[in-house]
Amino acid sequence: MSETPTPAVPEAPGRPARSVDRSKVASFLQDNGVYVALAVLVGYNALFTNFWFTASNLKLQLVLVAPILIVALGMALVIGTEGIDLSVGATMAISASVIGQGLDAGLSVPVIIVGVLLAGMLVGAIAGTLVAFFEVQPIVATLALLVAGRGIAVLMQASTLSVSDPTLLKFGSGSWLGIQAPFWDALVPVIIVAFVVRRTVFGRRIVVIGDNVRASYLSGIPVRRTLLTVYIVSGLLAAWAGLVVTTFTSTNDPSTNGLGYELFAITAVVVGGTALSGGRVRILGTIAGALVMQVLRSTLAFHNFTDAVTQMVTAVIIIVAVLVQRKRARS
Amino acid sequence: MTVTDGPASAGLAAPGSQAPPILEAREVSKTFPGVKALQDVSITLRGGEVHALVGENGAGKSTLIKLLTGVYQLDAGRLLHRGNQVSFADPKAAQAAGISTIYQEVNLVPLQSGARNLYLGREPRTRLRLVDYQKMNHDAKALLDDFAIDADPTVPVATLALGAQQMICIARAMSLDANVVIMDEPTSSLESREVETLFGLIERLKASGVAVVYVSHRLDELYRICDQVTVLRDGRLVHTGPIGELPRRQLVATMLGRELLEQHARSSVTAPTDEADGDTPVLQAEHLSRRGVLHDVSVTIRPGEVVGLGGLLGAGRSETAKAVLGAQILDSGSVTVDGVTIRGGSPARSIRAGAVLLPEDRKAEGILPNLSIRDNIVLAALPRLSTWGLFSDRAARKLVDTFMTRLNIKAYGPGQKVGTLSGGNQQKVLLARWLCLEPKVLMLDEPTRGIDVGAKAEVRRLIDELAEQGLGVLLISSETEELVDGSHRILVLRDGSIVAELSGDRLTESELVQAIAGDVTDV
Repeated sequence: MSETPTPAVPEAPGRPARSVDRSKVASFLQDNGVYVALAVLVGYNALFTNFWFTASNLKLQLVLVAPILIVALGMALVIGTEGIDLSVGATMAISASVIGQGLDAGLSVPVIIVGVLLAGMLVGAIAGTLVAFFEVQPIVATLALLVAGRGIAVLMQASTLSVSDPTLLKFGSGSWLGIQAPFWDALVPVIIVAFVVRRTVFGRRIVVIGDNVRASYLSGIPVRRTLLTVYIVSGLLAAWAGLVVTTFTSTNDPSTNGLGYELFAITAVVVGGTALSGGRVRILGTIAGALVMQVLRSTLAFHNFTDAVTQMVTAVIIIVAVLVQRKRARS
Repeated sequence: MTVTDGPASAGLAAPGSQAPPILEAREVSKTFPGVKALQDVSITLRGGEVHALVGENGAGKSTLIKLLTGVYQLDAGRLLHRGNQVSFADPKAAQAAGISTIYQEVNLVPLQSGARNLYLGREPRTRLRLVDYQKMNHDAKALLDDFAIDADPTVPVATLALGAQQMICIARAMSLDANVVIMDEPTSSLESREVETLFGLIERLKASGVAVVYVSHRLDELYRICDQVTVLRDGRLVHTGPIGELPRRQLVATMLGRELLEQHARSSVTAPTDEADGDTPVLQAEHLSRRGVLHDVSVTIRPGEVVGLGGLLGAGRSETAKAVLGAQILDSGSVTVDGVTIRGGSPARSIRAGAVLLPEDRKAEGILPNLSIRDNIVLAALPRLSTWGLFSDRAARKLVDTFMTRLNIKAYGPGQKVGTLSGGNQQKVLLARWLCLEPKVLMLDEPTRGIDVGAKAEVRRLIDELAEQGLGVLLISSETEELVDGSHRILVLRDGSIVAELSGDRLTESELVQAIAGDVTDV
C-alpha cells in the first residue's frame, strides 16, 4: 500500500467493482499523504540534488523549520477547536520589540524571556476573550490583533535593531550535540504539546469542542475556559518563536519578525492533514507539514528558483492537501 | 384514529389497483466497503398510491431511498421510470425526472425566506435579470395558499415552526411537478395538528396521481394513510403487498424478524411509589420563569419516580429541562439537585450535582459525529477518569466496554465514528454518556424519537429499570402512549405554564390529550 507514488488526487468515485481499492488508497492518502509527500521530496533530493543529502544540510533544515513549527503547534490546537489564529505573526513582532526594550532597559536575560512570554500570553488572552466570551468569530478577532499587533510592536521598537547580548543569543545561535539551538527550542514544545494533546483532559476537550461545541457545552465541558486557554497557549508559542527568530538572526526588528508566519503556520497544519473544520489535532502531521514546506523551499532554492516560484508551488500543495481532505468528508 | 390489530381499517388498497407504475426498482443491490446495504430489493411505486417503506434502523430504507433519488448509484439491478430504464447520475437528475424527497431533517436554507427557498435556483427575474422579489413573494403566497399552508413566505424559514418548514418543503416538491414524493419520517417533528395538515396534503398528492413513499416508525400513521407496504430487513426485501392484508402485529414481527417483544407492561410502572414523603426529592425546580418562555414552572421528582412532561411543541417542555440543566437563561426560580442548590446555572454545575439531559436534537446537541464511540461516551466523565488532569485510557476503555455491553450498542468496535451509527445506537451512546456518571436525575427529551421499534422497546425498558434503581427521571415525549405508559405522574405544559398534573386514575391518554389541548376543542 505504501508504494503509492505521489499524493495525487485520487480519481472521482468510479466503477463500483474497484471502488473498494480506491477508497482504501484515498483514505490512506488522507491520513498519510503528508508523510508520503515528505518522503518523496527527501528521496528526490537524495537522488538528484547535489550537496543536499548531507548531514549538515539535513541539520540545517531541522533548524530552519523550527520557528514555523513552534507557531504551527499552537495553530494546530486552535484549528482543532474550529478556530484560527491570525495574530501569531504580530505576536512574534511584539516579542522582538519586548526583547529590544528589555535590552535597552538593561534587564537580565531571564526577566526578558519571562516578559516576552507574558506579552505573548497577553495577546492570546485578548484573542481568547474575544472568541470565548464575546463570541467574536476567531478569524475576525485575530485579524484585528494581526493589524493592531504589528503596529504596537513597531511603536515599541527599541533604539537598536540588532541583538548582541551573548547570553540571549545562545537561544538562537548556540548549539548542542552538533545541532543549532532552534531545533532544541522547537523540540521541547513539540514534546509538551504532543503530551498535552494525547494524555490530558485539556487535550481531549479541544477536539470535543471542535467537533460539536453545543453538545460539549450541554455535556458540562468548560467551553469558554478551554477556548481561552487554547488562544493563550497559541500566543505563548508565537512569542517563543519570535524569540527564537530574534536570537537566531540577531535582529530584533518588529517590522520583519514573524511577517507572514500566520499563513505559514496554517499551511503547515492544513498540509499536515488537519481539516479547518476542527475536531482533530495532528501533531505528527503538523511537524511533517512544516517540514514539507521547508524542504520544498530548500529544494527550489538549490535548483536556483526564486522565492516567487516557491510561493506558487506552495499554493498548489495547499490545494492538493485540501482536495485530499475533502474526499474524507464525502466518503 | 385508533387502529385495531385487524386488517380492516387500511386505506383504499383495492387488490386490482393497477395504475401503471411510475417508478420501479428491480432487484437492486448496493454494497459499501464491508457492508451489503441492500440486496436484490424490488419495489413498485404506482401513481395515486401511498407506499409505506418500513424496517428497523439499518434495514436499508435510507439506502433504497438514496438509490431512487440518485444520491447513490446502483451496484446491480435496474431502475425503471415510467417503464424506461433510467440511471440517475445525481440528485439533480432524479429531481428533473420528478422525484422529490422530503427529508427527516428539514432541508431548507434557514436564514432565507420561505419564498426564496421555494424558488431556490429558479427565481423569477426582472428584465434586468435581477431577482423579482415582488413576483416571487406573490407566487409563493399563492402556492402556499393553494395547499392551505398557513406560513408567511417572507420571513426567514428558521423563524417558522418545524411543521411549517416541512410544509414549505412539500410545497416546493409539488411546485417542481413531482410525480414521486418520498417522505422520510415526515411527522417525527410535527405536532398532531400539523400531522393532520400533512395528511390532508398527502391525500391531495394521491388524488393528483403522485406516487408517495412514506417512511415512518409510527404504525398508526402507516395504517391510516398507506395503501401498500414494503418491509426491509438487513438489506433484503421481506414483504411487499397491500398494507390492509398485513395485520399490525404481523407487520412488527416481520420488521423485527422475531416474535414481538413483550409489550411494555403498564402495571409494572404505574404502580406508584408509596407516598414516600420521607424521601428527599432528587430534583426540586421551583418557580422557573423566563419572559415569554416559562411562567412559574415547578417540578419535583423523588428518587425512583418517572415524571412525564406533556404538551405541544413550544409549550416549554424542552426549556424546562434546559433550565434544570442550567442551559436556559432564567429571570427567576431555583433549582436544587440532590440537596444542592445550583446558583449561576451552567450545565457543568448541574451535571456535577447529578442532573443530566438527553437532548431532543441528537445531531446538533448530542453527538460528536466525527469522534469515536469511546470519545462520545467519556465526554462528560473526563474529570472522573483523570487524575491531575491526566486522562486514563485504561479506565476509559473499561468504562466504555461495560456500557457498550450493558446497553447493547451495535458497532464494529468502540473506535467507530458515532456519525456512522444508526439513530438507535447513537441514542444508546448518549445514554451511556450520562449513565456512566451515575446521575441522580435523568432528563430525557424525546428519547425514542426516530429510532427503530426494537431500540425503542430497549430504551423504555431501560428507563423503568433505572427508576427502579432509584433514579429520578423526567420524561418528555410527544407520544402520548409513551408518556402515559412510562410515567408515574405527568405535568402538562401549555404556553410555558403547567396547566395540569395527572396521576392515579387520571393517568390516561384521553385525559392527557384533553389537558394538552385545553380550551382548543378541535384537536
